[in-house]
Amino acid sequence: MRRFLAVLAGLLTGAAAWEGYKAVGNPDGTVLFGVRVLPRADDLSMPHLWTIAERLGAPELTGGRPVWRVVVDACLFTLGITTAGFVAGALIGLALAVAMQRFRVVERGLLPYVIISQTVPLVALAPLIAGWGGVLMPPWATVAVIAAYLAFFPVAVGMLRGLQSPSAAGVELMRSYAAGWWRTLVTLRLPAALPYLFPALRLAGAAAVVGAVVGEISTGTRGGIGRLLIEYAREATSDPAKVYTAMLGAALLGLLVAGAVSLLELPLMRHRRHVEVATL
Amino acid sequence: MTAVAISGVTKVFNPGRPDEVLALSDVDLTVADGEFVSLIGPSGCGKSTLLRLIADLIAPTTGTVTVAGTTAAQARRDQAYGIAFQQAGLFEWRTVRRNVELPLELRGAGRAERRAKAEEMLELVGLSEFAGHYPGQLSGGMQQRVAIARALAVQPPLLLMDEPFGALDEMTRERLQAELLAVCAATGTSTVFVTHSISEAVFLSDRVVVMSARPGRITAAIDVKLPSRDEAGRQAPAYFDKITEVRKALRG
Repeated sequence: MRRFLAVLAGLLTGAAAWEGYKAVGNPDGTVLFGVRVLPRADDLSMPHLWTIAERLGAPELTGGRPVWRVVVDACLFTLGITTAGFVAGALIGLALAVAMQRFRVVERGLLPYVIISQTVPLVALAPLIAGWGGVLMPPWATVAVIAAYLAFFPVAVGMLRGLQSPSAAGVELMRSYAAGWWRTLVTLRLPAALPYLFPALRLAGAAAVVGAVVGEISTGTRGGIGRLLIEYAREATSDPAKVYTAMLGAALLGLLVAGAVSLLELPLMRHRRHVEVATL
Repeated sequence: MTAVAISGVTKVFNPGRPDEVLALSDVDLTVADGEFVSLIGPSGCGKSTLLRLIADLIAPTTGTVTVAGTTAAQARRDQAYGIAFQQAGLFEWRTVRRNVELPLELRGAGRAERRAKAEEMLELVGLSEFAGHYPGQLSGGMQQRVAIARALAVQPPLLLMDEPFGALDEMTRERLQAELLAVCAATGTSTVFVTHSISEAVFLSDRVVVMSARPGRITAAIDVKLPSRDEAGRQAPAYFDKITEVRKALRG
């Protein structure tokens, strides 16, 4: 109940800040020494919240489906891609972490490339992967590949730290039981890694959403919320509230994925200490 | 038969490197069946190293280690010993009972057998009613008792303990010492016990093995025969005499 009230208070504060700034802010924005330090507060840049709500209920085009239906459908399409990318990325990350834990030489050889992989700009990579669409895989799958490319990283790095987290005493204990690498992995290292895995999965979930949205835009895949954002943004001058409905959808999608990942850990994380995981 | 026989053991860490350390030099030690032997000495004297050699967690550079009539490596594979460290090292995601079951599980024991054994061991250390708790819900002393129950679960003929009570307060420590003695007496277990507490070594042991550092070696072995190992034993003149003797041996 307290949490619910806190969430409600947060939402109300956000809404009050938006409308409050609209009420007092300069419609042309505040410019200091030729630099706009505060955004325009006019209806074109910052439509009223109720305008956005109204727009959600109104048809997308004259006589068409209401906007909220279009946004929800687009979110579901992107959710599918996100899920595929997230699952693939998490599995790849897990496999890499286990391989790096098992073989020191793999960790030394691979970890730098894992880190470099995330410094390659996505926009440079996307057209390359988009080229696989229709040849190696359906176009939507290329977007999932981009999502997986972003999602595998936190899992690989976080899980590696988790697998290496058991104390020397724990490892020696398993050795004293004559347990081999596999038994030690299953009995000691994997359970010990869970507190590191879940924060990594939350990061991976967020990364997969970003990857899917940006991937849709840069590969030109139709049907998802990323594409919808671009389409509605083009109409922003004539229909400013419309683009905000798509943004709302994208935000809700992110929350949904983050919430789903949090649900995963509920049954597993009782009686556990929680660790802070910074991946970079 | 002897529980442990160590002859001519030398251990060099990082051989051939600038940080080469001679941890143990020419060590001979025999532990008889049912005997309680303490290893005591200043830090760096190699007492923990010696224990790890017996446990086959590390290999000797030269010399032989025989445990229960076979090589240390074979004894480890046979789970011929139970081990407990200074840190309880319980798996926090397992309940107390499942922690005690762990060595049995790895041996491939059936569910019913594991459970019965674990209950029995928890009874022994007086933690029956905490079987369903998680380690995070227990005090340090209780965790250490669980670790001892875990070490005893396979009913090993040999118990290896590396400063198991080192992190506990004096009162808990004395209570656990009494419990350990009772358990060893009941099961006839041989014990090698590493400690840096003179009084603890004297109170628990049939024999106190004194070691010195740089290089680690055995300098004295003092037989202890207390009239009784209880509160009266802690007050006995023989107890204080032996403490003095060990202290002198440690000063060299």
